[in-house]
Amino acid sequence: MIETRELSKHYGDLKAVDHISFTVTPGQVLGFLGPNGAGKSTTMKMIAGFLTPSAGSVSVCGFDVQTAPIQAKQVLGYLPEGAPSYGEMNVAGFLDFIADVRGLRGETRRRRIDDAIGRLNLGKVMTQTIDTLSKGFRRRVGLAQAIVHDPKVLVLDEPTDGLDPNQKQEVRALIHAMAKDKTIIVSTHILEEVHAVCDRAIIIADGRVLADDTPAGLEARSRYHQAVSLSTDNAKAAQELLTRIADVAAVVIDPQDGRVTAFPRPGQQIFAAVTEALRQNHFPFHEIALEQGRLDEVFRQITQTAATEAVMV
Amino acid sequence: MNMSSKHMINILFRRELRSYFATPVAYVFIVIFLVLAGAFSFYLGGFYQRGQADLLPFFNFHPWLYLFLIPAVAMRLWAEERKSGSIELLLTLPVTMWQAVLGKFFAAWAFVGIALAMTFPMWLTVNYLGDPDNGVIVAGYLGSLLMAGAFLAVGSCLSALTRNQVIAFILTVAICFLLLLAGWPLVLDFFRGIGLPLAVIDAIAGLSFLTHFQSISKGVLDLRDLVYFVLMIGFWLYASAVVIDLKKAD
Ligand SMILES: Nc1ncnc2c1ncn2[C@@H]1O[C@H](COP(=O)(O)OP(=O)(O)OP(=O)(O)O)[C@@H](O)[C@H]1O
Ligand SMILES: [Mg+2]
Repeated sequence: MIETRELSKHYGDLKAVDHISFTVTPGQVLGFLGPNGAGKSTTMKMIAGFLTPSAGSVSVCGFDVQTAPIQAKQVLGYLPEGAPSYGEMNVAGFLDFIADVRGLRGETRRRRIDDAIGRLNLGKVMTQTIDTLSKGFRRRVGLAQAIVHDPKVLVLDEPTDGLDPNQKQEVRALIHAMAKDKTIIVSTHILEEVHAVCDRAIIIADGRVLADDTPAGLEARSRYHQAVSLSTDNAKAAQELLTRIADVAAVVIDPQDGRVTAFPRPGQQIFAAVTEALRQNHFPFHEIALEQGRLDEVFRQITQTAATEAVMV
Repeated sequence: MNMSSKHMINILFRRELRSYFATPVAYVFIVIFLVLAGAFSFYLGGFYQRGQADLLPFFNFHPWLYLFLIPAVAMRLWAEERKSGSIELLLTLPVTMWQAVLGKFFAAWAFVGIALAMTFPMWLTVNYLGDPDNGVIVAGYLGSLLMAGAFLAVGSCLSALTRNQVIAFILTVAICFLLLLAGWPLVLDFFRGIGLPLAVIDAIAGLSFLTHFQSISKGVLDLRDLVYFVLMIGFWLYASAVVIDLKKAD
């Protein structure tokens, strides 16, 4: 359980985080999205107890991070941005150190460390100095460090940054597997990741929450939600044909790949009407798809509207 | 999960001390320390010529040796943590600021202690050549170690001030130099010359590492000298904790 109340952080005049309030409950994976400099890392640093908030408060599992920092830190696993660690140590030594600080002993200690090593495939780099590891492996060491004490709450700042596609997949699976009984916050710039691991997403920009919704809910805000797209050799003719359908608001041809997309009028379903029109006219096409909505488009729309508003003010 | 503060400090201490020896820095430091300590006492201090069996010329140079060598050890204490970002890891582990400050400080102190202990052949030599007062020598080592601790505590605070190790080094040398100078006879004579009241001159001298170190290394174990070093260390470590808290995010 993570609860932030009117959390703010100011650097001089800059409001890096501006009155952010949200609650994440066990079993939830919250995705933190936002443009560079939005305040994602700053918020996470306050949750982890590294930065002192300028105003507002955070509690982790009921422990106020300011007044009961040690208890809060004990139940929390944190991967800081850039996965810093002690570069001169080797991986085994580093994880041993973390396990010691986390108060793990004896059999549990061995088991927890082995578990973290196994989950992040660190087996073959255990004796290597961290400074000499590749970026992806350093990130994995950072993740292993964050989960070694099996924390109730995980705060991961860009956990898949710099990982290869296979590892990205594995880390997502790992987060998914741990999600059952934990409270997890991940920040990311990879929107497909939101779909893959999060069941809730918060979009922030300029330190403020602009959207707080499920991934599906966000997609529903997209122009592409319930749109129908198809590929055909005769895009112009398709455009003409589909424009005539009553519930179709607009038909657009993608200038790059020539894909034709028909957008519905608000609240309308057009898939059946479109397929029917194609069938009746024996219109040739390669394939057709019902769009769920595009997160990147929603992201752009939400964050750029905010940016223009900010300029006008 | 709960563990004593002592145990936590010990874990941090061991990690830190081991990290000194993980790089060549430790060995370079120890070799330079030993070579300089030897060279100073034999050539400049006239170790043999004095015809006296004691280690006074050896200890007399320690303040000046430490002036440049200890800031080199201390500069990395916090500056490096901040530069590499590991400070964020350290301070989000269930560790209090005091545990972190003390764990790192004791490791640096132990490291200098190891270097100091390696000068034991000097001790053996004077015992072989003559019949020194070993009590005075033990006091000299104790005073030297305490003074090293005070230098390190100053360095800990100043290295928390910046993420640049070179700046940390220069600041520490400068402050330590002032703290040494304040007790140097030449400087005190100067103050006397311009007619400062005796009480003020005593107070200035009382702030200096040099005054207290010299009285301990002569074999006079006065509680006030010990208290001075303990307070000095305590003050600068407290300042370290305050500075880290203020500057950790920058
Ligand atoms: N120590 C600092 N001093 C001054 N400003 C800072 C400091 N740390 C962060 N900021 C500013 O606070 C804002 C939020 O930064 P933050 O690192 O939280 O962004 P972010 O959302 O994590 O971005 P990214 O996606 O690039 O990681 C930025 O404008 C940044 O420049
Ligand atoms: Mg960030």
